[in-house]
Amino acid sequence: MKTVQRHLPVLEATSISKRYQLGVTGARTLGDEIKRTWGRLTGAPDPLATVDLARPRTDGKEFWALRDISFTLNEGEVLGIIGRNGAGKSTLLKLFSRITTPTSGRIRLRGTMSSLLEIGTGFNPELTGLENIYLNAAILGMKKAEIDRKLSDIISFSGIEHHIDTPVKRYSSGMKVRLGFSVAAHLDPDIMVIDEVLAVGDAEFQRKCLGKMKDVSDGGRTVIFVSHNMTAIRALCSRVIWLHAGRVHMDGPTEEVVRAYLMSHSRPEANRRWEQDKAPGTAELRLVGVGVEQADPTQPLTTVDGFHFVIDLVNLGVDDGDLNVSLYVHNNEDILAFSTSWREGSMGNERLERGLRRFRCHVPPDLLNIGEYRVTVNVFRRGTLSFNLEDSISFEVNEPKREGNWYGRRKGVFIPRLQWALT
Amino acid sequence: MGAGEKAQEAVHWDIEIKPTGPWWRVDFKEIWRYRDLTRLLVRRNLTTQYKQSVLGPLWLFLHPLLVTVTYTVMFGLVARISPKDMPPLLFYLSGIVPWTCFAGVLNRTATSLSGNAALFTKVYFPRLVMPLSTTFSSLFTFAMQVVLMLLIIGFYHFTGRYHWAPSMDILAFPLVILLITLLGLGGGIMVAALTAKYRDFSFVVTFGTQLLMFASPVIVPLEMAERQPVLYTILRANPMTPLIQSTRAMLFGQPVPWGDLVYSAGCTAVMLVLGLMVFQRIERSFTDVV
Repeated sequence: MKTVQRHLPVLEATSISKRYQLGVTGARTLGDEIKRTWGRLTGAPDPLATVDLARPRTDGKEFWALRDISFTLNEGEVLGIIGRNGAGKSTLLKLFSRITTPTSGRIRLRGTMSSLLEIGTGFNPELTGLENIYLNAAILGMKKAEIDRKLSDIISFSGIEHHIDTPVKRYSSGMKVRLGFSVAAHLDPDIMVIDEVLAVGDAEFQRKCLGKMKDVSDGGRTVIFVSHNMTAIRALCSRVIWLHAGRVHMDGPTEEVVRAYLMSHSRPEANRRWEQDKAPGTAELRLVGVGVEQADPTQPLTTVDGFHFVIDLVNLGVDDGDLNVSLYVHNNEDILAFSTSWREGSMGNERLERGLRRFRCHVPPDLLNIGEYRVTVNVFRRGTLSFNLEDSISFEVNEPKREGNWYGRRKGVFIPRLQWALT
Repeated sequence: MGAGEKAQEAVHWDIEIKPTGPWWRVDFKEIWRYRDLTRLLVRRNLTTQYKQSVLGPLWLFLHPLLVTVTYTVMFGLVARISPKDMPPLLFYLSGIVPWTCFAGVLNRTATSLSGNAALFTKVYFPRLVMPLSTTFSSLFTFAMQVVLMLLIIGFYHFTGRYHWAPSMDILAFPLVILLITLLGLGGGIMVAALTAKYRDFSFVVTFGTQLLMFASPVIVPLEMAERQPVLYTILRANPMTPLIQSTRAMLFGQPVPWGDLVYSAGCTAVMLVLGLMVFQRIERSFTDVV
């Protein structure tokens, strides 16, 4: 029976779209709401009401987080959803989890579904571990009889048998995660939706979590897994959907999509060139090129690769040569990772002759963490800013392909390889 | 779900996620499926309420008693506005207990959406489960307080301070309890849905229920208010008035104002339907605006 059902669709998304209104929450007035409520009561059509009761009629800035997404998932498929930040991954996750509703379109599911966007959802600090197992499991959709049946397994899996009657407020954060994960691991839905919960916790926890997910998917269950972590996606998923700007950009076998995804980003925006007369700059100085130079341009840039920033500047009319170029490198959380300048790097007092000059700045391996970065170029004349180009280029540092079971990523902006000793 | 059942449902979809449906499509079946969660939440509410307090659940009784004693002294003994034919303490207690139930249900369901926003953005379950669970826990509190009330009435009766002679009408008391609860629930979920958008409503409601109490016969007997036409009109318009009156009438064997109860029942129905309407519209889009 299982083999027959493998080919049945268990999830069907039909042209789902989701629209958000940007920055209007504060603009609503109570009067609008009353008018709207009155309109609804008297049966007046309210086209916006299908989107959100509280959205104003004004056509303020709107944002389509998802646009016309359709796909079908068969039983036993493990679908990975990838895409850059803002591509609509978490919105899609919220729709599947029924946390929010689509603006249009429809999702149909067969069987039971659980979504795991967080570990230990609804834990109450005053209640004991045992009481919280019941509460958390019920919130995730388990019936009491089911919890009763699985209780001893849940407790022993969590490894905190001795503290099970202690209020959770006295637990360490590690214990809370273990308890929450243990409950989640015993969910038994037909379809499971999982967020990048793997991004938290220590290596052992992540290993346990992925091992459990592997069991779940090997057991013929359907899984939707949203992640930035290509290693985890490669290890678990049979199929991947790549979201881009709220649409399905690519849908296919894991390896194919992941490779296309990794190859896609760094290239186009990581190198920019301008014609001299159209280049940003001043009458005397023109920035004609900014780029990232890698040893092997056919491979995605990873954390273990060193690379160069290359800046091409044309000096048309500065004779004293008192110039400097600096770079700001921001990550995608808008944190300034570092700034660097030519003069402090070369330590020289070199004068810049007229003509095209190429600056090269070497960034060593094991420095920048996985992520997207944006580079701002500043050009200084006699110590003051002559012009700058914000976010001139962006590039991505990827996770290196590796063997073994560690799917985690280090925290922080930098991931230097440091010397450790035990004395 | 058994395997056989599954095979039969080859073309059946169990869950459909669509744009917010019309207000009348409240999925009661789904709420029923989540009854275990409701029960666990009721237990959580009751067990966590008095955690870290020395007297614990005793507060369940102390709270109405202290309020009753205060009102008895202030309004019964000092201002002398309680009716002459019964001990002031019984008069105030029998008003405060049903009122506390109503105010409790209203205030606690009113915060059931905004107070659980963090939870609602992480997991789905029918949002009505939250107000329902707070209502059931308030109902439990109410039941305990009714027992307390009966004990005190019994004490007055057996010590000969008051001759207790309830009529058969007391059998209809559960109906009054039901109406009080549903009225609170209806108002509460409406406010809950509105506070999700406008936090102003949460202030209005705590303050409003207090004001509303003065517009009910909890403190001032209805007969006494007759001389004040404005107050009397407000009192008569308050759907809680017949419910308080009936509680007293049923407990103490006075004639029950059945006609007025029909008015309360009507208000309750309207409130509940309105509440469900607003709540249903807001519960799914709620997470987009928090």
